[in-house]
Amino acid sequence: MDKLVSASEALSVIEDGMTIGIGGWGPRRKPMALVRELLRSPVKDLTVIAYGGADVGLLCAAGKVRRVIFAFVSLDFMPLEPAFRKARESGAIEVMEIDEGMLLLGLRAAAWGCPYIPTRIGLGTDVLKNAPDLALVDSPYDDKEWVAMPALCPDVALLHVTAADRRGVCEIAGPDHYMDDVFARAAKHTVVSTESIVDTSHFHDPTVARRVFWERNCTQAVVHMPGGAHPSSSDPVYGFDVAHFKRYGQLMAEQGYPAWVDEFLGADEAAYQDSVGGLTAIQALPLPVY
Amino acid sequence: MSFSLAELMVCAASRIFDDDGEVLVTGIGLLPRLAASLAMSSSNPDIMMTDSQSFMLARPNPVSGLEGHGGQANENWMGFARIFDNVWSGHRHALVGPSQIDRFGQSNISALGGSYQAPKVQLLGVGGFPCNSISHDNSFFVPAHSRRVFVEGECDVVCSIGYNPGRLPRGYKLSDIDIRNVITDLCVMDFQGPEHQMRVISLHPGVTLEEVRDKTGFELAVADSLSVTPPPTTQQLTLLAELDPGDLRARQLKGNPPGERSTKEGAV
Repeated sequence: MDKLVSASEALSVIEDGMTIGIGGWGPRRKPMALVRELLRSPVKDLTVIAYGGADVGLLCAAGKVRRVIFAFVSLDFMPLEPAFRKARESGAIEVMEIDEGMLLLGLRAAAWGCPYIPTRIGLGTDVLKNAPDLALVDSPYDDKEWVAMPALCPDVALLHVTAADRRGVCEIAGPDHYMDDVFARAAKHTVVSTESIVDTSHFHDPTVARRVFWERNCTQAVVHMPGGAHPSSSDPVYGFDVAHFKRYGQLMAEQGYPAWVDEFLGADEAAYQDSVGGLTAIQALPLPVY
Repeated sequence: MSFSLAELMVCAASRIFDDDGEVLVTGIGLLPRLAASLAMSSSNPDIMMTDSQSFMLARPNPVSGLEGHGGQANENWMGFARIFDNVWSGHRHALVGPSQIDRFGQSNISALGGSYQAPKVQLLGVGGFPCNSISHDNSFFVPAHSRRVFVEGECDVVCSIGYNPGRLPRGYKLSDIDIRNVITDLCVMDFQGPEHQMRVISLHPGVTLEEVRDKTGFELAVADSLSVTPPPTTQQLTLLAELDPGDLRARQLKGNPPGERSTKEGAV
């Protein structure tokens, strides 16, 4: 089965009002080229589930989002994501603000086919007040109350990986796959962008095979997008683009989304990459040190 | 030996890990991370710490980069999903710096002011605070003690559970919650006052109780044994220089004030 398609073909499954899960974490290994393709499309009223970074910020700024399900939206070295901040402070979006671990439990519930997973996380906090659709349940085994974290079911998950074959076997060679495996299992349909397309023999090496965190029947489309995580990092290929994030922050804070579109978005990914110095420059971005 | 206020705070903060045994310690921010690293390098070598990315470390990384360190000493892979598995077991002590803390020890990193639909200032989001606060020990690090941080009422968004009887979940006791210490630029506190009231246990050299009370939006208890925060030892200062050879700790507090105030600034 050949799942290799263009970005626009891969994203044609996305309809207005759908729930989209986005992999990565903050400024790390975000499927940004796929996000940019969404920005260029007419799709709207999305619900976005993410450990958020500029993916969430841009989609909110572009008016694509009705609701965000999140624990944080941050670029790490810039703790507050500028576009998300604007969207929240203007009251433009609905939110379901939950703990990082609750988000994981919600995706796991979806992946496991459970309506909810009981957890103590959220008890005693405003998470319960601000997300009134979170129910409390009794346990048959103790006298405590438990938060029933509902399954979070993305219609489509967008992920970015280091390498994939045409059948959808995906390698993440960076130090962490974050929750990408759970997103892939929770979603009805998973679209993966990849730094490189490899032959299946690439995975014969057991060290490489251990860097595959979900099975190919959880991946429905593969898009070849070298540099596709920019400006987030794609460890070990490149780090995140600090200078670009700073420019992005400045544009979002001072002029807003249309100015960013004018300077960077372009008609397609090739035009975008030209506007940020080209693929070679992206691949030369140093990895962050903590 | 002279020392800075940042070094005094780091050394005071490192002491909160002394008796923790084998727990995962997470210091968010440079000074809290330095405090955890100092404890791991001296008073409690059983501490576990990650590289803030995806590996557990056998010895702390210097906070100012790996140059000259001889490479990172990994112990095991520790991706973010696996952090949750460990955190949920309860064997962790986090040292974090929220934007607001209230009299119950509840804290806020989510948003300030306005309405929930449109906050005046959107911050990070609740992050991992709900989970941390109900799963394991937590302490707070406050670089600038003020009424903006130590708020009069409840936090604008209560992100972490505290000693608030009105919010206690069914089946829980206040003693199930474990908020350990608060280290600020003025003092060290705990929650061992009457009915878990926040309590001053030591004042930094030259700081008065009056100033602490003035800059706190609620009543504080005071320990019978109220003392002066001990100055860093020579060994601690030597270790700090090794853990932070780039002296990033000098850039964390505005003006990098000295650890001992001159009598002009704060008469005792």
